[in-house]
Parts: sequence; C-alpha cells; structure tokens
Amino acid sequence: MPEGQILCMTDVAFRWPGKSSFALKVPGFAMSRRESVMIVGDSGSGKSTLLSLICGTLRADSGTIEVAGAELGALSAAGRDRFRADRIGVIFQQFNLLPYASVRDNIVLPLMFSANRRKRAGDMEAEVLRLCRAMGLDDAIVASPAGQLSVGQQQRVAVARALIGQPDLVVADEPTSALDQKAQAGFLDLLFAQMHAAGSSLLLVSHDERLGRQFDRVERIESIARTERIAA
Amino acid sequence: MILRLALGSLLARSLTVGLTVMSIAVSVALFLAVEKVRTGAKASFADTISDTDLIVGARSGSVQLLLYSVFRIGTPTNNVTWESYQDIARQPSVDWIVPISLGDSHHQFRVMGTTTEFFERYKYRGGRTLEFASGARMDDLFDAVIGADVARTLDYDIGQSIVVSHGIASFSDHDDTPFRVSGILEKTGTPVDRTVIVSLEGIEAIHVDWQGGGRRPGAATPESVIREMDLEPAAITAALLGVSSRLQLFGLQRWINTYPEEPLLAVLPGLALQELWQITGIAEIALVGVSAMVIVASILGMMAVTLASLSERRREMAILRAMGARPGTIVGLLLSEAVLTAACGVIAGLALLYSGLAVARPIIDSAFGLWLPISWPSEREFLVMLAVVAGAAVASLVPALRAYRFSLADGMMVKT
Repeated sequence: MPEGQILCMTDVAFRWPGKSSFALKVPGFAMSRRESVMIVGDSGSGKSTLLSLICGTLRADSGTIEVAGAELGALSAAGRDRFRADRIGVIFQQFNLLPYASVRDNIVLPLMFSANRRKRAGDMEAEVLRLCRAMGLDDAIVASPAGQLSVGQQQRVAVARALIGQPDLVVADEPTSALDQKAQAGFLDLLFAQMHAAGSSLLLVSHDERLGRQFDRVERIESIARTERIAA
Repeated sequence: MILRLALGSLLARSLTVGLTVMSIAVSVALFLAVEKVRTGAKASFADTISDTDLIVGARSGSVQLLLYSVFRIGTPTNNVTWESYQDIARQPSVDWIVPISLGDSHHQFRVMGTTTEFFERYKYRGGRTLEFASGARMDDLFDAVIGADVARTLDYDIGQSIVVSHGIASFSDHDDTPFRVSGILEKTGTPVDRTVIVSLEGIEAIHVDWQGGGRRPGAATPESVIREMDLEPAAITAALLGVSSRLQLFGLQRWINTYPEEPLLAVLPGLALQELWQITGIAEIALVGVSAMVIVASILGMMAVTLASLSERRREMAILRAMGARPGTIVGLLLSEAVLTAACGVIAGLALLYSGLAVARPIIDSAFGLWLPISWPSEREFLVMLAVVAGAAVASLVPALRAYRFSLADGMMVKT
C-alpha cells in the first residue's frame, strides 16, 4: 500500500454464504489520506456489502483490503473488531444511537472498545463537550437520553461519535437521507469542517448525486464494484 | 460501561422487564415461603417436647402416640390402666413420670388431666419450663390452668368459671361441675397454648355421674359428696417419663413394650419425630419440587421474553458492532442483563417474602399454631437464590448465542 493511502482494495471478491447467491468483486479501489470520496449507487447495488468489507465485519474471500496500513484479511475476527474500534468511525442512515443511553454515553461508545482511541481522545468529558459544540449541539442535551433528540440532532451526535478519538477513516452510509434538504447542507458543512479538523478521511455512500459538490472525488458504484446475482 | 448500557437497556424496556422481575420475585418468594413453613413447622414440632425420655401409651403406632399425647392431634385408640401406670412408676430406672388424661374439651380446646408435676417436668424448646403469666397451678379439685391461646381466644381471666364438654366436639357439657381458672400460662408456641390443664382427679370428678358417652339418669351427685370420694383414676391416656440414667433407657423401653399385663408402647420422642418426618418427607419433596418448578417456569419466561425482544434489538447490536464491539461483548451484554433481572427478582422476592411473613405471621399462628420466625435466609436459601441468578445466566445463553449469530451475520448493517 503506497504511502499516503488510507484505503486500498485489490482483486477483492466476496460471496454471501448460503442460498442467496450475491457476489461482489472489487478489482481495485483506493483512497488517499484526508481525501473525501462519495460513492453513488442505488440500494441493492452492493454499497452496504462494500462498507462491511472495509469495516471488517465481513471478510473477503480473496484479494486484499488494506485500511490505514493494516491488511484486514490477516487479522482475526476479534482483531478486525479491535481494528475497527481503533481506526474507523461509522455513521448510519438513521437510528444511529442507542436510544436508552445518554448522548454522552453514545458519543464515548467507540472509546470503550479501543484503548488507543481513548488515549487519542484525551479528556473524555471535555472532548464530548467540544464535539457537541462543534456540531452545533446544546450543552444541555449531553446528559439527556439519545431517544429524545430530533433526527437531525441524532445525526449530529452520530458524527460526534464517529469523530471522537480521531479515527483515520470515517465511513458514512446515507447519513443525510433522513434529513430534509435544508438540514442536509448544514449537516454536510459541519461534517466536513470536523473531518478536516480531525484529519480523517471520509468515505460516504449515497444515492443522491447532488451531495457530491463538496467531495474531492465522486465515484459511481458500478465503476468500483461488480455485483453478480446468481439465481438460486 | 457495559453494565450501565445493560441497565439503560433494561430501563428502556421497563414494562416487560418489570413483569419478568415480578414473575421471578413471586416464584422466589413462593419457594422461600415453602422453605420457611417447612423448616418452621419442623422446628416447632421438634421444639414442642424436650427432656422427656419416653412417652408411654396403649400399643398403637409410635407416630400416632406422639401425635395424640404431645400434639393433641388424633385420638388415642386405648387407655393405659392405672395399675400399669403405677407398675411403670415403680420401676427403679424411672426418675419421674407424669400421667396425661385426654378426651374432654372446652370450646375448640382440649382438656388435659395431669398432676402438678407436669409444670416442672414438661420442657420445650431445649429445656424451657412453663411460666405463669398470671395466677398459679391448680390447687383445688376444680381448678384449671389455661394456655395463652385459650385465654386470648376466649378472653378469659383468673377466676373465670368454665364448663368442660364431654368428648371432643360434643354437645353434652359437664355443666354441673364447672372449673375455675386458677392460672394462665405464658405463650410457648406449643400445643400447651391451646390446652386446658386440670388435675387427674378433676377429670374423674366430672365423670362421676357419667357412664360411656352420656349422663347417668338420676340426680346429680352433689359437689360436697364428690369431694369426699376417692378419685383415683381407673385409666390414663399416656404418660411422659424421664429415666434416672440414659443407660437404662432402652432397658426400660423394652420392659414397657413387653409388659405382660397389657399391650403398651413406649417411644423415644426424637425417634418418633424422625418417623413422622419420613411420612411428611414425600409431601415436603412435592412442595419443594412444585415451587422449584415455578422458579424454572419464571426463568423460562424470562428467556422467552429476551428471545422475543432480540429481533427488535438487532439495530442495537449492529450499532455496538459498528463501534467495534465484539460478538462476545454482545453476549456479555445479554448475560449481564439476565443476571441483573434475576438479581432484582430475587431481591424483590425477598422483600415480598418478608413483608408477607410480617402480615401473615399472626394469622398463621392463630390458625395453625405455627409461629414462623422472621430470620435471615439460611445458607440453603442463599444457595437457592444464587442458583436462580446462575440459572438465569445459563438460560440467557440461548438468546445470547442467537444474538451472537445475528451479529455475526448482520455485521453492522441492519435494514429496518
């Protein structure tokens, strides 16, 4: 993996086990450090499988996936989990948070699974407050249960959680699709500002091409990954 | 943190979790209550008689003899003649002997004829003697000493005149020869509390004009005449005795059991109790078994509720996985939830038991004469409570392993 790259996938092949024969092939895809890349694709195009492979919750059948200098295939399942806690921040489309836990507990959640990330975060409580303020969230909500927040607030808390402890790579799966048009722009502005501040790279998948203006690079899923469906 | 998450997750599902806690609490309380009643009943039986070496009565079963002579349960099949009684009393190995004559009643309480030596010789709860709350032993022919429950239930005081009924639950009263309450005993927690004690001669006196089950026709014998009569009884129901040396106990027992003049039976109270436990043992096992099954059912219920909640919690698992939680962490989360739930259930069950005991204790006492002690759970009960928590942990492994498989398959993506 060349210096300055955060992600490098070569000749990756993956097939879901079982009857639903859905296979994904990624001949080659790479991202530089601090780069922001958007992948455009419709649902069912293999986006989620691709992200799961990068995050290490799925293991490629062949080929190599290198993230932040580590070859995921060489790591054990537990090793990949630890690696993910260490290096990757994840933002989902919706329902990102544990509704019963406080905003603070949700944000520090990734730190529970990685000592390195905990160290990078420094003073945990101060960092939670700093990120919340940076994401335009009121100090008062830090202690309240995440389930009481609006969808827009929840997504911003999810960004704060993804960014705490400065992960090398932030992976976002349709993070704006639950937001209205106006909120989307504001959300992306905040996300980018904090990405740059943290020095992380951003890989975002969405079906909405209009979001692409702020990204360094926009790719269509078809140009990265080839999917196969074999009738069972 | 995992614990805090588990707690938060439980609180978020407080209705279902609350009901699960309740069902565990009720089952634990039931089990412990059965234990309390079982051990309480045994202890109270064992406490009823102490320092008596042999109980002598007409030949029947040893349990039967123990039950009617000491516990006033059931009726004697036959009497012991006064001659046999005196024969036994004359044995050199006999240190003391107290006769007992049963058969009459006063309201729902049994009347027992005996000698004043009974108050010295009868011991309960490891050697305690009977104490008078007020008044004194019977002095006159028609004096009676009543137990604490008799005094309380019938609201009797010293000097109260009482009429003894012939037999048990009969309508013929010895109303021509009333007794006078001369003493009231302190509460003992034994059948003595529910007994009216009179002298042996008193029992004879009220039967002067009686034959079999009814009054002999003709004028009643005046009290003054009765007082002049020789009131030595013809027969007694049973006798409690103590030996001068423990070494002679079995020799004496053998002598009584092979007494040629009359078929007699002498039993060691402790051994007869053991025999009784063997009989009640089956019922005890059944009770303990049923209440244990109730606990198992409540744990199975918890397992079912957890399993049912899993599909709606797949999102939660996916979030934890995305944050870097291992599948093992998710198993740990479910496990600690189960342990927390069960522990809450056990604590709530204890609270339920003790508050229930506090309320029900006087009722049980007056209804069954069983005074249940409010004491710390025994070692055995602690083990049961631990087993409930451990059982819940084991039972939660089923949903936990399912969650493990879910989280391996779903990874961090769940489409909902």
